[in-house]
Amino acid sequence: MAVNTDKNIYTVVFAAVMVVVVGSILAFLATALSGRIDENMRFEKQQNILYAMGVNENVDKGSVNFVPTDVVGQKFSEYIKEQLVIKGDEILENEEAYLIDMKKQLALAKKGETPELPLFIGEREGKKFYIIPMYGKGLWDAIWGFIALDNNMVVQGVYFDHKGETPGLGANINQRFFMDDFTGESIMDGTRYAGINVAKGNNDPVNNRKDDNTVDALAGATITGDGVAAMIKETVDLYKDYLQTIRTN
Amino acid sequence: MALLSKKDTNLILDPLADNNPITIQVLGICSALAITAELKASLVMAIAVIFVLGVGNVVISAMRNIIPSKIRIIVQLIVVATLVIVVDQVLKAFAYPLSKTLSVFVGLIITNCIIMGRFEAFALGNGLWRSFLDGIGNALGYGVILIIVGFFRELFGSGTLFGIPVLGDPIEKTGLYATGYENNGFMIIPPAALIVVGVIIWVQRSKNPALVEEN
Repeated sequence: MAVNTDKNIYTVVFAAVMVVVVGSILAFLATALSGRIDENMRFEKQQNILYAMGVNENVDKGSVNFVPTDVVGQKFSEYIKEQLVIKGDEILENEEAYLIDMKKQLALAKKGETPELPLFIGEREGKKFYIIPMYGKGLWDAIWGFIALDNNMVVQGVYFDHKGETPGLGANINQRFFMDDFTGESIMDGTRYAGINVAKGNNDPVNNRKDDNTVDALAGATITGDGVAAMIKETVDLYKDYLQTIRTN
Repeated sequence: MALLSKKDTNLILDPLADNNPITIQVLGICSALAITAELKASLVMAIAVIFVLGVGNVVISAMRNIIPSKIRIIVQLIVVATLVIVVDQVLKAFAYPLSKTLSVFVGLIITNCIIMGRFEAFALGNGLWRSFLDGIGNALGYGVILIIVGFFRELFGSGTLFGIPVLGDPIEKTGLYATGYENNGFMIIPPAALIVVGVIIWVQRSKNPALVEEN
């Protein structure tokens, strides 16, 4: 059967059929897989939070190793003692605070409304960790992460991740050689909540100085690095009223 | 009977050398510059493109007689985009860590001009098997260049291969670094890829002067 594929009506019908077919395939797939995908994302959040407070399977200084997915739920309830939601002056406990979408809360804060800010209190070897989620912008797309602080506002660990930073450059924010530099840095400059800067040429490439609020940037990833610094600053600003109440130094 | 006829073999081998999509046709340069700072990313991208171009070429070839010519580019785009999203979703459900590594490449695969180029130039006019071979061949040709560029950039830029230090420790000054050698930060940034690709083109054309265009 010869069909005249140049006719307008054929083109329109073809386009319509194609949209329906492709749409159905994708919709079917999304529905069929959403359960598993959601579960994977929940595990990932729990792994990230635990990673920031030092609960991970890192062996050498090379690679990032999370706790395995089959035990992450159990470890999460073991180490995370409290999940708080800070809404203005109210502080509530919420078992599912880790599922709160920071992107939405930041958007609320920008509009001048009161955001619901999640904060996790972890305990490991008798030490308390305050773990705060972060969300910001890299060069191409979203970046996010978790920062774990102690009562002195010294960083105990961080985890960063990204949606689409350049492989080999900005994508390296989730590598150990970048993240490990943050440990030991203070977010305070005197009594000011300063955050942590990501800087090039700060004369401290191996990060021996821990009192300068600065870590060494990634070569070739200036904008991603600036994004990380801006994300930390923005988060610290949002949480500083709460942090003020737990700060002991 | 051999599995592949001579003509079929050429479909695979030509794009590896004398008709390479990057060095001869100068297609797909954007992703070649963007992701070759490390070898692992180059390899992942090469595998992803082999899959998408192989399957995509077959799909387009199967539909070649019913695609209306007025909207064929849009149809091609939809086929690539659907394929990539399907792969991404399946990986997210069953191999989450791998999908995290790959997600960065999704956008780059959809916009890779080699894929559109092969759909348009080959799959629309050839049968399933030949289109499949052509897709695999071109993706391999692309992948080979990516891996060569990734090898040199990671070696000279970071002193590592697949993230494993091969030249010693630059901070502790061991291995080659003890002699005063330094990593070349320039290799990490995208313009270095252009230079490496340029050198490959130069070597290739001096070995085979027939490839040099006349002006």
